[in-house]
Amino acid sequence: MNNEELKNKISIFLSSAEFSEEGSQYLNVTVTPEHLFSLAEFLRNDEDLSFDYLFCLTGVDWITHFLVIYHLESVKYKHTIVLKAKITDRENPAVKTVSFIWKTAEFHEREVYDLFGIKFPEHPDLRRLLLDEDWVGYPLRKDYTDKANIVEL
Amino acid sequence: MLELITDTETEPTVNKTETQEYFVNMGPQHPSTHGVLRLLLTLDGEIVKKVEPHIGFIHRSIEKMCEKDSYQQIVHLTDRMDYLSCHINNEAVCLTVENGLQLEIPERVKVIRTIISELTRLASHQLWWGVMGMDLGAITSFLYGFRDRELITDIFEETCGARLTMNYNIPGGLMFDIHPNFQKRTKDFLKYFKEKLPEYDELLTGNIIFTERTKGIGILSHEDAISFGVTGPSGRASGFACDIRKKIPYSAYDRVEFKEIIYTEGDSFARYKVRIDEMWQSMYIIEQLIDNIPEGEIKAKTKAVIKLPPGEYYQRVETARGDLGVFIISDNKKSPYRVKFRSPGFSNLSALNTMSQGFKIADLVAIMSTLDLVIPDIDR
Repeated sequence: MNNEELKNKISIFLSSAEFSEEGSQYLNVTVTPEHLFSLAEFLRNDEDLSFDYLFCLTGVDWITHFLVIYHLESVKYKHTIVLKAKITDRENPAVKTVSFIWKTAEFHEREVYDLFGIKFPEHPDLRRLLLDEDWVGYPLRKDYTDKANIVEL
Repeated sequence: MLELITDTETEPTVNKTETQEYFVNMGPQHPSTHGVLRLLLTLDGEIVKKVEPHIGFIHRSIEKMCEKDSYQQIVHLTDRMDYLSCHINNEAVCLTVENGLQLEIPERVKVIRTIISELTRLASHQLWWGVMGMDLGAITSFLYGFRDRELITDIFEETCGARLTMNYNIPGGLMFDIHPNFQKRTKDFLKYFKEKLPEYDELLTGNIIFTERTKGIGILSHEDAISFGVTGPSGRASGFACDIRKKIPYSAYDRVEFKEIIYTEGDSFARYKVRIDEMWQSMYIIEQLIDNIPEGEIKAKTKAVIKLPPGEYYQRVETARGDLGVFIISDNKKSPYRVKFRSPGFSNLSALNTMSQGFKIADLVAIMSTLDLVIPDIDR
């Protein structure tokens, strides 16, 4: 499917999805965290879409909001899409886990939780992954400060 | 004494031994983990029930460091991720930056990058082959693997002065031109290694102990390979056609012929065979290019301070371990806003628990060595 067809198909399923192709080589779909799981399930299970390969899952801190970014590819149809969950709640950011849809998400979500502090409700084992259990703060947030370890240039 | 015997005859012997699950820490200094990886094993006797990887022992926060560095500096950090595919990692960052700037890269650069990438892949697979043999108790393979890899690192040393962390790529091209001896030495190496690679087969592939320990061990199904995002030779052994060189060709891969090696068994032996066959394909790719290196510049003109236009850039390359993704978000400053390295080892490791359940501890060692994990690649 090309981007136009993907857009049509997704906007029929979820009318509130926002599309953008600007500044990216892929089609970007931005949704609220509440809608993310149902859309992810639709993208994985729909026969014409069949996005079965999650090749990247990461987060980004835009200060006003967080984005959790899912790069998806269909092995069968070879189309790619970027799914984004826009989280405006900075105090308690959360988006439902997709680790039951794509197993690789289990590790990737733990990493995002570790470095951004974004919670993934219903995740089977949400603990810090790279840092120690008693680490304070979430280093990849833009407001993270660590006087001992980070040298300001 | 006689009474005892009659006792057992009246009561038929039943195995009353009760088994209890217990935990064993494998690593972080276990030799077969090939780095500082700790596996928390849940065992029932010798049978593996669960493998829980604990990672992060050499986490160097490369992604955070990138947010303070210029684009030229980032290239040098990527060497330290998957150090056995260092050239390919460098290339991934350079390609992302070049695509972002829409630079026209000289043909000479593309061809040289491809040749050196394939040499890197060969060196990585040679080291893997040696270490894999040693994990299963064959010391000879370790010596053979390192003997042959040495010749490739010699070529690298002559080309760019470094043997392991090469830093040969810069955004826009190459740091220097190839050495005048490069073509001759590479051809000599190919001639030599074509005779040596069948020796690898003789030593391990047909060995009865080796086949017994790898065939049918650590099976990863096709669906699981895709779901876990297991890529590279490990994914292709489960029938997942995930070779980025074929799927989204970059550099000079669009003009060379080669076969994407795919096996469908998904066991340790299939993963072994994919890498052995891939070595032949790498040599075939180099052969096609080595006499056809176009003349020309070795770098495109770039500004001293590189600023990418605002936006998101994602570049995928095929390292010796799989699908490496470089994701750069730029906000038009001299250092990126956010960088994510999607490292193949990270996803490959996540499948370890599924693959090794029900097998013995000794099999776990075989499964891990056929997954070909490089720990700095996982921890970043």
